[in-house]
Amino acid sequence: MAVPLGFMLAALLAGRAARWLILPAAPAMAGLALWLALVPADAAYLVGHWDLPLGILLRPDGVARLMVAATALVIGAVGLHALADPPEKAGNAAQAETFWPLIYLLWAGANAGFLTTDLFNLYVTLEMVSLAAVALAAMGSLEAALRYFMIALVGSLAYLLGVALLVGRYNTVDVTLLSQVAQPDLATMLALGLMTAGLLIKAALFPMHGWLPPAHAAAPAPASALLSAIAVKLGFVILLRLWFEAFPAVSGQTALHVLGGPGALAVIYGSVQAMRQQRLKALVAYSTVAQVGYLFLAFPLVAGAPDPSGAWAGMMLHAVAHMLAKAAMFLAAGLMLKAAAGDRIGDLGGLAQSMPMTVTAFGLAAVSLMGLPPSGGFTGKFLLLNAAIAQGAFLYAGVMILGGLLAAVYFFRALSACFAAGPAPRAPATLGVRTAAPLVLAGLAIVMGFGGSALHNLSAIAAPWAAPGAAAP
Amino acid sequence: MMTFAPLLLVLLPVVAALVSFALPERLSAWRNAANIGVAFVKLLVVAYLLLQAQAGVVFEWRYEFLPGYDFVLRLDPLALLFVTLSVFLWLLTTIYAIAYFDRGPNLPRFFGFFNLCVLAATGVAMSGTAITFFLFYELLTLATWPLVAHRGDDKSLRAGQIYLTYTLAGSVAFLAGILWLQSLVGAIEFSAPANLGAIPPLTLTLIFILCIGGLGVKAAIIPFHGWLPEAMAAPAPVSALLHAVAVVKAGAFGIVRVIYDVYGIGTVAELGLGVPLAAIASATILYGSVQALMQSDLKKRLAYSTVSQVSYIVLGASLIGPFAVIGGLVHLVHQGIMKITLFMCAGALANRMGITAIAELDGAGRLMPVTMAAFSVGALGMIGMPPVAGFISKWYLGIGALQSDAAWAVAVLAGSSLLNAAYFLPLLYRAWLLPPPPGRPAIAELATTRDRMLILPAVVTAVVSLGAGIFASLSFSPLGWATLVGLGYLR
Repeated sequence: MAVPLGFMLAALLAGRAARWLILPAAPAMAGLALWLALVPADAAYLVGHWDLPLGILLRPDGVARLMVAATALVIGAVGLHALADPPEKAGNAAQAETFWPLIYLLWAGANAGFLTTDLFNLYVTLEMVSLAAVALAAMGSLEAALRYFMIALVGSLAYLLGVALLVGRYNTVDVTLLSQVAQPDLATMLALGLMTAGLLIKAALFPMHGWLPPAHAAAPAPASALLSAIAVKLGFVILLRLWFEAFPAVSGQTALHVLGGPGALAVIYGSVQAMRQQRLKALVAYSTVAQVGYLFLAFPLVAGAPDPSGAWAGMMLHAVAHMLAKAAMFLAAGLMLKAAAGDRIGDLGGLAQSMPMTVTAFGLAAVSLMGLPPSGGFTGKFLLLNAAIAQGAFLYAGVMILGGLLAAVYFFRALSACFAAGPAPRAPATLGVRTAAPLVLAGLAIVMGFGGSALHNLSAIAAPWAAPGAAAP
Repeated sequence: MMTFAPLLLVLLPVVAALVSFALPERLSAWRNAANIGVAFVKLLVVAYLLLQAQAGVVFEWRYEFLPGYDFVLRLDPLALLFVTLSVFLWLLTTIYAIAYFDRGPNLPRFFGFFNLCVLAATGVAMSGTAITFFLFYELLTLATWPLVAHRGDDKSLRAGQIYLTYTLAGSVAFLAGILWLQSLVGAIEFSAPANLGAIPPLTLTLIFILCIGGLGVKAAIIPFHGWLPEAMAAPAPVSALLHAVAVVKAGAFGIVRVIYDVYGIGTVAELGLGVPLAAIASATILYGSVQALMQSDLKKRLAYSTVSQVSYIVLGASLIGPFAVIGGLVHLVHQGIMKITLFMCAGALANRMGITAIAELDGAGRLMPVTMAAFSVGALGMIGMPPVAGFISKWYLGIGALQSDAAWAVAVLAGSSLLNAAYFLPLLYRAWLLPPPPGRPAIAELATTRDRMLILPAVVTAVVSLGAGIFASLSFSPLGWATLVGLGYLR
């Protein structure tokens, strides 16, 4: 967590040279993430050596490990990609410079958010990520970013209000301590409701997704990749902490349908919207709305399963697969749009011939996002579907299946367009980091499909029912 | 390599695919060499496996894909039957495709996906669990799409779209069926049918419908056959592979697996599901033949003929009697070698003389005698004339129908054979007995541009379909092997 902060400061100081910092940063963070994946599950770190509830506890559980590792991969790859292909508007070099400190801020905020289990710290990290995300979005469209900023602000305030209520009620904001004392009374319900509403805005769950498509579609490709892959995931992870770890007693099975229902609607709505889009990046952005829906659709499935580890692993695998695949897809889409005649889907003709590597990356990412095997997206969806059918939640199962079909419709529409005969490309296809980055990310999303068992076990440690006492240091 | 042999069969095409994707067009000779080489090595591996299987060895390779769900490659006799077919025909189709395309555009992509497609087909054959089967089955869908849409014109893209719409919808139904069944009995292994006794018959029937309906899309059973004639927009080597080995066969093979290895004959008979399926298969057989009769385009006629012929396999599997099962299984092989002969010849005709419509076939036998001879063998086999392989299939199916007290199925077979004759014999008549129209290139002219590799594969398959008919009584003939498989299920 501290390392990316350091890199951010260095990047601020370094100015024009900041871009080169990604070269040491990417392997360093990947190494740290790997180390994190290997440390014992019950390890916990007290920053500043103060005891709870004053100290800041960092706990690398299964959720944290998976998310930190995926974040390192995504930001590392996006960073290397951006190094080869800086995200700047014509003649606006200053903007490119701001990109680098921002990604480190995002990185630090996201990692801290995944690792901590303290609701106030989570607020801080939420703000860090939002700040970075708004600024990244502003690189594309100031208007969309402002809209994003206003909505994010409302979300933050709602969350903060909820935290304040909890402090007043229980005098602690640590997730584990809360789980021991929480009562289902009015104040708690209100706090949970406020925090949830705030977080849902950040995670862009339908019907609070309005800010996402314009912001993600307008930003430069590397920025969109980070926004879609990472920024929305933090809200999701905090909601996991709240609903499953802090208040399992309060959040009953029925209450979880409050999240699952909109999740299901989001899958349908996002997919239908994606089908209607004429511009490639808008299509990809609406696909994020749909994919976020799956994550929340999983909430009631986890709670309702007799053996929740399957659904839980499915949810986490889906989250990670989406991070990798969506980042790959945005990067690939960015490259494709640079070479294409225009930004509409119909303008993509001929790209399959002229830039096969990039179209392949897009295709592989699409395979994972559609949930077709073999891919991480399939494994995740398979586990979720299994859980849904096992507990008789046929409505959710139906939505997942329909969502997969709709995704196939809109992604294959884009791929089909690439295969069509078209004019000669404007820019010749080049090999190199910028082409390799999306290919590697998409490839990883596919490879995840083969390592299901290992990832399943890795994520399972995080399940609150599996390691309830992990927090006490 | 012993236990890894099945894995080797899956990994070899990956190598060939990566080589094909990576090599630029100017190194096409290396790409061709790699493709043929790998196909040949695979054939050797399969030969070794066949020898081992004769000795009763069953190869298996498994690893835990998800907790409770194993990824299993298992070479039981049924799997070997299909693997041998696909590996053998793949080698020939590769040679053919290299000659057919020569120096067309986008070949690295084509051969890459071509390899993935065959990988998926062998994977489907070797799958030992339902989930493994589904993985390869979907990979097949994905790998064939770029092949169908290869040309990139409006017609091909539309064909690709229709293909995907049908197959993905089918896959979803199939997946839902598998998941539902798994939620009741746990992971499904093909080697040991699960105990379905405790499940209500209605549930079992619904799951059966989901599975068979889903698989029936690829097997082109009516009313799910619509994609197949459209997919004719694909280049000839793709059509050949699609019709003989890969897609439709994967569907038919899956249906056999579901009936015999997931449900088991007893359960299917108890639920009374065999007869309705046989009826649908019969309807498809007749409908496909009638449609084929009405086509004026050569490849479309062949396509509808496939719709009809693949349902023979389903018919045999659903009649549930010793001879019917054997007839269906052996037709899986026979239809493959005969249909691939026909498609490779049709491709050669289109490539050399621009013939695509049936009316243009006049005199083709005089101009391209070798091609048309191979075509004739395939066509006669399809009709069911002895001694070509198709006769054996129909003979066994007919006896099987009588054994199962389904005399109506014999009528279906007879009617279909008549229809087959009605749509194939006029082609042979035109090709051999009518004079070529003016404007066709002279024989001498054709001889200068002859590419033996374009004709050789079809000749080989034509000879093999003759051989499979004449030497059917030998134990290593397709019939001998199918008998072994069939008896295994009935024991």
